[in-house]
Amino acid sequence: MAHQEVAARDWFAPHALGREWLSNARYDLIAGLVVALALIPEAIAFSIIAGVDPKVGLYASFSIAVFCAITGGRPGMISAATAATAVLMVDLVRDHGLQYLLAATVLAGLLQILAGVLRLGHVMRFVSRSVMTGFVNALAILIFMAQVPEMVGVPLLTYPLIALGLAILYLFPMLTKAVPAPLVCLTVITAIALYFELDLRTVGDMGALPDTLPIFLIPDVPLTLETLEIILPYSVGVAVVGLLESLMTASIVDELTDTPSDRNRECVGQGIANTATGFIGGMAGCAMIGQSIINVQSGGRGRLSTFSAGIFLLILVVFLGEYVSLIPMAALVAIMVMVSIGTFSWSSIRKLREQPASSGVVMVATVLAVIFTHNLAIGVGLGVLLSGIFFAAKIAQIFRVTSTLSADARTRIYTVEGQVFFASADAFVAAFDFREVLERVEIDLTRAHIWDVSSVAALDTVVMKFRREGAEVVLIGLNKASETIVDKLGVHDKPGVLDPLSAH
Amino acid sequence: MVAETKTDGAAHPLLACIDGSGYADSVADHAGWAAGRLGAPITLLQVLIPREAASDDRSGRIIAGARRQLLQQLADLDHERAKLLQAQARLDLDEAAERLTTAGVEQVTKLLRHGELIETLHALEPEAAMIVIGKRGAETGVESGSLGSNLERILRGVHRPVLIAARAFTPPSRALLAFDGRSSAMQAVDAVSRSPLFVDLPLTLAHCGKPDAAMTRRLDDAAGQLSAGGLSVETRVEEAEPQTALPAMVGRIGADLVIMGAYGHSRLRTMVIGSTTAQVIRDCKVPILVYR
Repeated sequence: MAHQEVAARDWFAPHALGREWLSNARYDLIAGLVVALALIPEAIAFSIIAGVDPKVGLYASFSIAVFCAITGGRPGMISAATAATAVLMVDLVRDHGLQYLLAATVLAGLLQILAGVLRLGHVMRFVSRSVMTGFVNALAILIFMAQVPEMVGVPLLTYPLIALGLAILYLFPMLTKAVPAPLVCLTVITAIALYFELDLRTVGDMGALPDTLPIFLIPDVPLTLETLEIILPYSVGVAVVGLLESLMTASIVDELTDTPSDRNRECVGQGIANTATGFIGGMAGCAMIGQSIINVQSGGRGRLSTFSAGIFLLILVVFLGEYVSLIPMAALVAIMVMVSIGTFSWSSIRKLREQPASSGVVMVATVLAVIFTHNLAIGVGLGVLLSGIFFAAKIAQIFRVTSTLSADARTRIYTVEGQVFFASADAFVAAFDFREVLERVEIDLTRAHIWDVSSVAALDTVVMKFRREGAEVVLIGLNKASETIVDKLGVHDKPGVLDPLSAH
Repeated sequence: MVAETKTDGAAHPLLACIDGSGYADSVADHAGWAAGRLGAPITLLQVLIPREAASDDRSGRIIAGARRQLLQQLADLDHERAKLLQAQARLDLDEAAERLTTAGVEQVTKLLRHGELIETLHALEPEAAMIVIGKRGAETGVESGSLGSNLERILRGVHRPVLIAARAFTPPSRALLAFDGRSSAMQAVDAVSRSPLFVDLPLTLAHCGKPDAAMTRRLDDAAGQLSAGGLSVETRVEEAEPQTALPAMVGRIGADLVIMGAYGHSRLRTMVIGSTTAQVIRDCKVPILVYR
C-alpha cells in the first residue's frame, strides 16, 4: 500500500521517469524486438479467434503496447491483443460486426478507467492462487482449442509443417539463443512453402493486413440506448477479464523482477489503452502472461521494452505486410501451440494430489467453467465463490462449546470458544442441550467471536429456547465477543485483540 | 543549521555516502573533519543499487514451466550477485569506519541499504544534519571531467546541506562563499554565520558580476551578518562570468573550501545551457558545500 502511494506521487517525478524508461535502455530495446516478433503471430491468431481481419489485432497490439507502456502501472509488462479478450467478442462480431466490436472496446476501456479510479485493483486479493492457476490453465486450453480449426480438414502437408515448426521452436534455442526462435520458425516455414509452391492456407487468406499507419476513427455505430444494450455485456466481460489477466500478469512480473507495481494505475492504464485502441480500429486487449515472461527472459525491465515492442511491431507489419501475408497458417499454429503449452501450469496437475482437495476443486472448477462458457470472468467468479465457501467451512471448524454443571445440578455454565458466524451458527445451536432441566444457564462468550447477524440470531434462538424451558439465562462477555460484528475491525488500535483469535 | 538537535539531545548524524569509487577515503576524511567541528556522529551509508537485467536469451520461446524456471534462474543470479556486492560493500564500510576511528571520530554507524541512492537519501535526510558525498561515483571514472550521475539529482532533490568531497582531503584553512544574491545564497550566509563548522576559518565573500547598488547593499548585509557571527570576512567582487571566474579566484586566494547555494535554474534550462552550479562544482578542485 505504502509503496503504491509513493509510486502514484512520483508518477512524473524526473528520477522515476528516468528509472522506468531509460535505466535499462539497451536490454529493453532488444527485448522489445524479440517480443514484437513473437507478438505478430499472436495478434494475427487472436484476430482470427475473434473473427476479424488480422489488421484489427495488429493495430490493437501496437496501440495497447504503446499506451500501456506510458500509462500502465507495471513497467516491463507486455500488453496487446489477447486470446482472453478475443474469445469474449466472438458472438458480438458475428451478430453485429466490427464497428460494434470497436465501440465495445472503447466502453470496456472506460469501465477499466473507472475501476482504477475507484481503486478496485485491491479487490484482486480475493482471487486466490488456485483460481489464478485455473485461469491460466483455462487460457492455455482456449488458445489451444482456437488452433483446432486450423488443424482439422486442412491440406495434409500442414501437419509435417506444424511438427517442423514446433521442432524449430523447441530445439533451435539449444543451438543459439541469439536469434528469436519464432522468427526462425516463420522464416523457414514460409521459405519452404514458397520454394515448393505448396498450396497452404496463409495469413493473407484470413483477411486484410495493415497497409498504412493506423488512423483515428470513431466507431460507426448509432449512439442509442439500444447500442449500449448490445455492447455493455461484452464490455463488462472484456473489462473484467482484461483487468484480471493484467493484474495477474503484473503480480507474475513483480515476482520475476522482485519489484513492486501500482495496481490501480495499471487499471487506469489498461483502460486508457483500450479506449484509445477502439478509436484507431483495434480490438480490446490486456496484459499477456506469455509475452511478459518472454520480455523478462530477454532482459526487458523498463517501460521502453513495452513501448518499443509496439513500435517495432507496427514498423514490421506495415513495411513487411506483403511478406507477412505469405506466412502459412501452419507456422502460426506451431507458435500458438508453444504459447499454450508454455502458458499451462503443468505443475498444477502434479499438485492436485499434493495439495488439499479444496484447492484442487477450485482450480478444476475454474477451468471447466471457462471451457464451457468461453468466458474467463465466469470461471474466475465461480473460483472465487468456491474458495470463499471452502474458507468459511474451514474457519467454521475453529469453534468449541464446553460446559460444566454446578454441584447442585441446577446451573450449567456453557463456555463458547472460537468463531461464530453463518457457517458455524447451526453447530453453535446444536451444541446446547435443551432437554436438560436447569434453573440457571450461564453462557460465557468471553473467548468467542460473534461475526455476523446469523450468529446473533443463533444466540437469540439459544436464549429463547432455554427461557421457554424455564431457565434463567445469563450471557457473560457478550460485549467483548460482539466487537467483531462491525464491518471494519479496528484491529490496529487494539493490540490485544488478535490474542483471543488464536485461542482455541 | 547543524545546531539542530533531536528531542533526546543527540545531534543529527552526518550521512557519509561511500561506494567502491576512489572517493571513499576522501568522503570519510571530509566527514571526519566536519563531524569533529560539529560534534556530530557519522553514519556511513552505502547503497546497493538494483540489479541490471543482463540477459543473452533472445530465443523468445516459452517452454512448459517457463515461469518457474525463469524465476529460479533470476533468483539464483541475483542471489550470487547480491552476495558478492554485499561482501564488497561491507569491506568498504569497515575500511571507512576504521579510517574514521583512527582519525578520532567516536560515533560511527555503518548502514547498508538496498535501493536507489537518491531515494535512500530522501528517506534518511530528515534525521541527518548534512550529506557528504564524492564528486563522482564508481560508475563515473575519476579521470573523466564530468560529474557523477547521481550528484546533480541529489543536489536538486535533498533539503540538507551537501558537502561534496574533492579527490583528496586537506583540512580547509580558507573558505570562499560564492554569493549571487539569490535566496539559496542568503540561506548559505545565514547558515555559515551560525554554524560551528567555520569557527576560525577566514572567509572570502565573493561575487561575480556587475555590482549594482542593490547587490552592493546585499553584499554588505551578508558581510555584516557573517562578521556578527564571529567570522573574519573579506569581500571580493569581480566583473566576470561566475563559472570561469570563481574557480580561478579559488586558486588565486588559496581557498580550500567553497560554499554556495544550490541550483538556480529550472531543469529544462539546465539541459540547454548548463548550470553555473554544476560547472563550478566540476571546475573547482576543492570540496564544495552546497546549501539549499
